[in-house]
Amino acid sequence: MSEMVHVKTTINGAAVDFLCEPRQSLLEVLRDVLYLTGTKEGCNDGNCGSCTVTLDGVLVNACCVLGVEVAGKAVTTIEGMAKNGNLHPLQVAFLEETGLQCGICTPGFLVSSRALLERHPAPSEAQIRHWLAGNLCRCTGYDRIILAVQKASKRMLAGT
Amino acid sequence: MKAGGKREDVLRVIGTTPIRPDGLDKVTGRAIFADDIHLPGMLHGKVLRSPHAHARIKSIDTRQAAALPGVHAVISAADFPEPAKPTSKSADISDLATNCMATTTALYDGHAVAAVAAENIHIAGQALGLIEVDYEVLDAVLDVRSAMADDAPVIHENLKPGFFFASTKKAHPNAGRLEYSDGDISKGFSCASVIVERTFTTQTVHQGYIEAHISTALWDADDRLSVWTSCQGHFDIRDQLAGILNIPMSHINVIPLEVGGAFGGKDSVYLDPLAALLSKKCGRPVKMAMSRNEVLRATGPSSGSSMRVRMGVDDSGKLVAADISFAFEAGAFPGGPVSAGILTATTRYNIPNYRLEGFDVILNKPKIRPYRAPGATQSHFAVETVLDELAEKLGMDPIELRIRNAMKTGDRLVLGYPCPVIGGVELLEAVRSHPHYRAPLDGQNQGRGVAYGFWYGGGGASSAELSVNADGTVQVCTGSCDMSGTRMTLAMQTAEALGIQVSEVQVTTGDTQSIGFTLPAWGSRTTFATGIACITVAEKVIAKMIERAAGIWETDNSNVRFDAGVFTNTNDKLQALTFKQLAAKLDSTGGLLSDQASVSPQGVGFQLAAYLVDVEVDTQTGKVSILRSTIFQDAGKAVHPDYVAGQMQGGVVQGLGWALNEAYIYRADGTLANTSFLDYRMPTALDQPMTETVILETPNPGHPYGVRGVGEVSIVNPPAAVANAIYNAVGIRMDSLPMSPTAVLEKLWEHQAAQL
Amino acid sequence: MHQFKYATPGSIEALLSMLAEQRSPVKLLAGGTDLIVQMRTGAVTPALVIDVKQVVELNQLLLSDKGLIIGAAVSCRTVYENNHVARAYPALIDAASLIGGIQIQGRASIGGNLCNASPSADLIPALIVLEALAVIQNSRGSRELPVEDFCTGPGTNALAGDELLVSLKLPPGAKNSGACFRRFTPRNEMDIAVANAAAAVVLSADGKHFTSARIAIGAVGPTPILVQEAAEALQGKPVSGASVGIAADIARQAASPINDMRGTIAQRKQLVQVLVTRALQGAIERAGGAL
Repeated sequence: MSEMVHVKTTINGAAVDFLCEPRQSLLEVLRDVLYLTGTKEGCNDGNCGSCTVTLDGVLVNACCVLGVEVAGKAVTTIEGMAKNGNLHPLQVAFLEETGLQCGICTPGFLVSSRALLERHPAPSEAQIRHWLAGNLCRCTGYDRIILAVQKASKRMLAGT
Repeated sequence: MKAGGKREDVLRVIGTTPIRPDGLDKVTGRAIFADDIHLPGMLHGKVLRSPHAHARIKSIDTRQAAALPGVHAVISAADFPEPAKPTSKSADISDLATNCMATTTALYDGHAVAAVAAENIHIAGQALGLIEVDYEVLDAVLDVRSAMADDAPVIHENLKPGFFFASTKKAHPNAGRLEYSDGDISKGFSCASVIVERTFTTQTVHQGYIEAHISTALWDADDRLSVWTSCQGHFDIRDQLAGILNIPMSHINVIPLEVGGAFGGKDSVYLDPLAALLSKKCGRPVKMAMSRNEVLRATGPSSGSSMRVRMGVDDSGKLVAADISFAFEAGAFPGGPVSAGILTATTRYNIPNYRLEGFDVILNKPKIRPYRAPGATQSHFAVETVLDELAEKLGMDPIELRIRNAMKTGDRLVLGYPCPVIGGVELLEAVRSHPHYRAPLDGQNQGRGVAYGFWYGGGGASSAELSVNADGTVQVCTGSCDMSGTRMTLAMQTAEALGIQVSEVQVTTGDTQSIGFTLPAWGSRTTFATGIACITVAEKVIAKMIERAAGIWETDNSNVRFDAGVFTNTNDKLQALTFKQLAAKLDSTGGLLSDQASVSPQGVGFQLAAYLVDVEVDTQTGKVSILRSTIFQDAGKAVHPDYVAGQMQGGVVQGLGWALNEAYIYRADGTLANTSFLDYRMPTALDQPMTETVILETPNPGHPYGVRGVGEVSIVNPPAAVANAIYNAVGIRMDSLPMSPTAVLEKLWEHQAAQL
Repeated sequence: MHQFKYATPGSIEALLSMLAEQRSPVKLLAGGTDLIVQMRTGAVTPALVIDVKQVVELNQLLLSDKGLIIGAAVSCRTVYENNHVARAYPALIDAASLIGGIQIQGRASIGGNLCNASPSADLIPALIVLEALAVIQNSRGSRELPVEDFCTGPGTNALAGDELLVSLKLPPGAKNSGACFRRFTPRNEMDIAVANAAAAVVLSADGKHFTSARIAIGAVGPTPILVQEAAEALQGKPVSGASVGIAADIARQAASPINDMRGTIAQRKQLVQVLVTRALQGAIERAGGAL
């Protein structure tokens, strides 16, 4: 049995402690140790973006980060996107614009899109596509995801 | 029940775009997919897979693995019981079992040979490394032509010819064959003023669903098995498990979960029997999940193919003859989609003389499974590019050629029966009159291509149970897995039939112990067939509610009218109750109501689509860029137009991936080289522009609201349309898929050399 | 994954002593986008993984009139989001913004890309033409190595077992200079280069002649290649399509690609010619010249 490391971190704004082996990825820790199963596994090698989370505000693939690396850092996941039961405008837009079908890639897209709009509040279609190129979707063909991001962007700029 | 009953102008719910009820859980991460299952005491299983494409398994020694601390069970083929006799024509249980775990021979790179259950995936992985397998490596067969050569290694001693849509007959130790023919092709070709003959090859491709295969098995104290699995048809999974494990179907409960994509590839068991056997052995629940590497190597991709097409047209533009021979991969076991491939090759056109020949070819690759209109994308690539060439040589507009030959309602199909109601000519005319068709192409090396496509679709067994609550809301439980939003389209059809709001209808999917048998979500059948089940049960419930109203008003049932959600007494118009008001009175007039319907509707109607694409070819690098993309599809009646558009766009982008970059790349030794999403190249958001969707509606008389299946045909056209566009851009005829930069560059060089 | 120990030294001294004392295989962890994936497939099995992200010298990004220092663990994203660096070294940004998707760029480090020494690494040709030096230290001292000498073969580099890549040192851009990186991938992102190329030029004051040039190509040999001959062929020549063509042709001859699942020899040779041409065109434009 490998040495377990005690990691203290912050997840979605809340202080969290967990034990993990160094070989456990952040994705594994989130899903199998903390039961935060909103972040999904699609490929486990950084090629699909299903496991996108932010680490100190930076978008990362949780499968390419070790659980032990988040000590003292701030992680945000899909579970932290709605605040006090209020959906983020992106979550609303994805529902209204049918920006999802099976939904497996959706948490990754939402986390990536939120970071996009924080950085570029009024992105062009080309900017959106470029930013989201690291998130694979097989169901939608991406069209309605982009429409949802555009809708959310307009609403957030209008303050609605 | 009246077919095609409701008229367009009285539909209240059908055609609107409400937000799906399961959407909230999906945008918050709360939705439960198969890998989100955590059970107390759960162990994790992993599979040891053959590193050889073809090898005799001389021995397996699992003792060291079993002794590793943290390992609780190890299995191999020896742990499988004798399978039960198959109950359905299309599932050979012993082949299925052998595909789940090799017996004497590993038949493809990645074929499972043993499995372990351990405390965590890391220990399980270490245990796999301790299993000793003695292989005798055999020659591998990797393409259809070598598989059918005279000296090809024989893969199965006694090959049973495969069945998929239609039966084949054994024609070679490694291949089954079928044929459809009519008229006299030599006479037909003698009337042709233009004949084109081409051969084509396509590579194995995968459905590419983002969620892998995951299965969790748990036995309870009296030997009842529960399985949580990612699948598109939990009843089929149950029946396959019952057959492989040789236990009664009623002892198994398969619980459906959210599915992260399937597209046909999740209709069979892979991990489920392994998880069940491991769980039985160690007495604890076992979850097994495939890595992406395993999904690509060891599930069910779609056929690579070798195709020959010869077609002739007379000078008036009528197709006079078609002689087609397709060899499609079946993978390691028979039953690939070649029959569907040949049946979709020409059937959307009226061709009086044809011979359609198909070979279902065994080779050392994973067993082929359906992928969105299985076999049709391959066949359309061949036929739609030949048609383009015929049009060019005739000097005719490519759409005009198709219109002149398009199958219409009542025309006789290859399968012998008359074509049900379709709007093919209308669809083609919509393409021709669309601004995209006429828009100028203003850059160098740009071209436009079109293709016209067809798919059957399925009806079949569907069950729905409906309960009316005292507050007027309604629960519907069906047996259909929802991968794309069908619980909403079913709720909409139910709401329409009951005359209530869609928000008042809650649709769930029942497990195999809670609802009647339902076929999987394939064949684009859910909105159609399970929709009819919902409408049928709704009408049964309305009939019962009519009786209750009649009782309340002390009149005959025949004096109670139900229309748009309101029950009225035709003898006294002041006596009226809404659905909600009557629901409130059910308890006191005999009890709350529920009913059930199990139906097996045929008449799903055909799926037709056309695709128009503009490309630009970088002649220095061979890169093909998509400039503009428009898909036209006949939905019959679009229940939820945004969902229909989503199916169309999703299928187009899968088709573009198939056209441009997706392919299984095998090494000379038969092992798969591209086992990750890095080198199995699916389109990203940056690889194509928006796809405009044009939805046409020729109502399907086989459904009360005119619904046709919409989920599949959108994939069949892009490869052919892109090939046609490339020809129009730079004058090269692509005859193989994928049309990767490497392939396009080589064709360009060939073309340049030929011009010198 | 195999079991390993994980350490996070807080200073370069601590890191260097760990490297000096190691008995069993060690791997350094910066962004982890290569290492973690390689450990998961079992391709590498270090007994100790040393996380270098707490070591200041490896995590700094310093731009001054003396040039640019990029700590080995600095991520691609940190580099391209720094407007000053982006303005001063656009060729670096060309490469850093193309690796994987945004999630990879948020972790993948410049130093890691170099040390991983993949023949198709996107940053290496750009670093080469920008005359980057690898600043290397061990517990006994330090040395500097031109990046073009850093890779010794596919996946192998010139570091001794106890040596650490501390940073990359880039000189300031000369007047009238410009550099550009181009690569070819079948998809528009998320792919590994079938071939890539970088070019840096210094032009005469009137922008009409090449004073000097550097050209590097990748994914067409066991390591990225600095093509001296192509650069020499531009020296003193007029800025023209013909000169560019000659240089691109020399670069094409210098390429020794293989056939693999990502591309063929013939295709890669063609791509070298095309990409060197396009990289030179971009470099010339950035240097204020015109073809």
